[in-house]
Amino acid sequence: MTSSEAKAVRQPRVGLFATCLVDLFRPSVGFASVKLLQDAGCEVHVPVAQTCCGQPAYNTGDRADTREIAEQVIEAFEGFDFIVAPSGSCASMLKKHYPGLFAGDAAWEERSKAFSGKCHELISFLTDVMMVRDTGAALEAKVTYHDSCSGLRELGIKDQPRKLLSNVSGVEVREMTDSDVCCGFGGTFCVKYSDISNAIVTKKVGNIDTSGADMLLAGDLGCLMNMAGKLKRQGSDVEVRHVAEVLAGMTSQPPIAGSGK
Amino acid sequence: MELTANKFKANASKALVDAQLQKALGNVEKGFIAKRQKAADALPEFDALRDNARDIKNHVLAHLDLYLEEYERKVLAAGGHVHWAETAEDARRIVLDICKKAGARTVTKGKSMITEEIALNDHLSANGIEPVETDLGEYIIQLRGEHPSHIIAPAVHLNKEQVEGDFRRVHTHLPEGRDLSEPVSLLSEAREVLRQRYFAADVGITGANFLIAETGTSVIVTNEGNGDLTQTLGKVHVVVASIEKIVPTLEDTSQILRVLARSATGQDMSVYTTFSTGPKRQEDPDGPDEYHVVLLDNGRSAMLGTEYQDMLRCIRCGACMNHCPVYHAVGGHAYGSVYPGPMGAVLTPSLNGIDETGQLPNASTFCGRCESVCPMRIPLPKMMRHWREREFERNLTPAVARYGLKAWAFFAKRPKLYRLAASFGMPLLSLFGGTSRRFHSLPLAGGWTRHRDLPAPEGRTFLQAWAQREALKQEAGQ
Repeated sequence: MTSSEAKAVRQPRVGLFATCLVDLFRPSVGFASVKLLQDAGCEVHVPVAQTCCGQPAYNTGDRADTREIAEQVIEAFEGFDFIVAPSGSCASMLKKHYPGLFAGDAAWEERSKAFSGKCHELISFLTDVMMVRDTGAALEAKVTYHDSCSGLRELGIKDQPRKLLSNVSGVEVREMTDSDVCCGFGGTFCVKYSDISNAIVTKKVGNIDTSGADMLLAGDLGCLMNMAGKLKRQGSDVEVRHVAEVLAGMTSQPPIAGSGK
Repeated sequence: MELTANKFKANASKALVDAQLQKALGNVEKGFIAKRQKAADALPEFDALRDNARDIKNHVLAHLDLYLEEYERKVLAAGGHVHWAETAEDARRIVLDICKKAGARTVTKGKSMITEEIALNDHLSANGIEPVETDLGEYIIQLRGEHPSHIIAPAVHLNKEQVEGDFRRVHTHLPEGRDLSEPVSLLSEAREVLRQRYFAADVGITGANFLIAETGTSVIVTNEGNGDLTQTLGKVHVVVASIEKIVPTLEDTSQILRVLARSATGQDMSVYTTFSTGPKRQEDPDGPDEYHVVLLDNGRSAMLGTEYQDMLRCIRCGACMNHCPVYHAVGGHAYGSVYPGPMGAVLTPSLNGIDETGQLPNASTFCGRCESVCPMRIPLPKMMRHWREREFERNLTPAVARYGLKAWAFFAKRPKLYRLAASFGMPLLSLFGGTSRRFHSLPLAGGWTRHRDLPAPEGRTFLQAWAQREALKQEAGQ
């Protein structure tokens, strides 16, 4: 069955979990995600009953609030064929961590497992489920890609964004040293342990600089805001964007923390 | 050592500006990681071996009582003695008694984290017995009055110039003009000095990497051969080991050995892997007259059956700290506890209680690199999160974080209210972002803006913008 035939049968209904950071700070990533999903043949919905995946509570040890938020997300999204988030960290929360919150509660456990089975991170959903090879975008840029930790180690996202980027006409990917090492964001870690986080992101920014790239991409807005914030503090000209923006050909917005060219 | 785990943040801030330390830490980050990767890549079955190793230890932990009793029977049958120590204090008393009975004035020691855990050296010294560390790294930090900053490379926080200074300060019987500029000259000097100490020592104390139930054997792995001299030259050999070091068989031992050195230093095997079973037999050319094993619990049996049980699989390879960005940034001493890095962040609260150690499981970005390289597949981030849960339940989480979180959760659980607040707040914040599209400083965001700018939001939230777009589409459609 070709993809056009599949579309004719029925478009997969995708619930876009925008993530709180994209919703609040960078709507462009939400619109880029919608475009990529629609181009891949999905029918995209954005439920209004979404706030956050619950990671701040989860990683602070607050199980009760995490569970309440998880129930809210499941209720809002479980009706879709797929739930897609433009973030490895939030997608992993939905996919890998939600079921554990309901251990011992048979009804919710089953419900959360069914839900989690349908959750995906955006880029890997495009390549691994929708079999997208080329998003048809073009951009003249030397880019370097940072592997965000949760996406990389919990969801195995490594080659997928690089494959799609290699088909963006005009893009040259320049690998940085230690692209798979943490940027020091770590959610609330970056404010709780500000000095250590700074030491880690300083190393990361050094590696970005020596890569010779003029654009930094990643799949998680938290990491991107951290690295962009550090690059700008150091006066760097490197543009920072979510990888979805480039793949969707939507780079007219100024870059993260930048006033544009 | 004095537990300063809850001063982690202050310790870390000092470490971050310690130029000597930062230079030394660069070596950890580069050396260990590349070597482990090379060793893992060279062995196609490496990940399968990790699974095996995990399964072996899981089996042991499910039947620990049986294997410990079997081990004890085998040690006794080989002519050794077994001492059960419930606490660190018990273990110190038992070892001191053995040393006193042997009339010991000095004891040599092989590298052992368990004797660090029970603070054995201080106890022996206070009782007139001189402990002499024989592992090069341990020897160096003993000269400096420090504690190990890494579980397999205790002096990794030092540079060779610092070691040269210590040797010149302490080895005053050697010629002043000697050349100590190369690591190898430092090594041979330490060797020569230590050689004399082995012959003078009455008791040799080692730890154990494994205790084998089917044979009553203790196993140590070393790269310097110091452990062998420690345990064979003294009249008495004392093994101090914690109860979870048990493995059922020799075959199991060799399985786990295949992942141990590869994960630790990237070696296929350590230079020495030494098996000891009981005291010297009549036909043996050498060996100790007495062989004692002190089995330490010190809180471990209380971990069985809890969400921290998996931690007891740990074989102390150090891969977690070698790959930890936080450890790379601050080094081992900042953790203020015997066990640093990710494994320490899980184990230390189990041994010392979360009240005194709450900083440790919080000082992680949850990047997961530790778990990804752990040869025993210990889910370290998950267990750190469980410690944060224990803290939260007991209101030990700092008040600012707690109230901040509660305020955030109040909105996060009420989508309509959240949307309302966000649709006013974000455009306003965006406006303040001006033309630079970032904030150099912002009230309540000091933790962020101290070191980096905060990107300004674009304006309307995504859900706001999306709703407007959909509404326009509908209008156009009608």
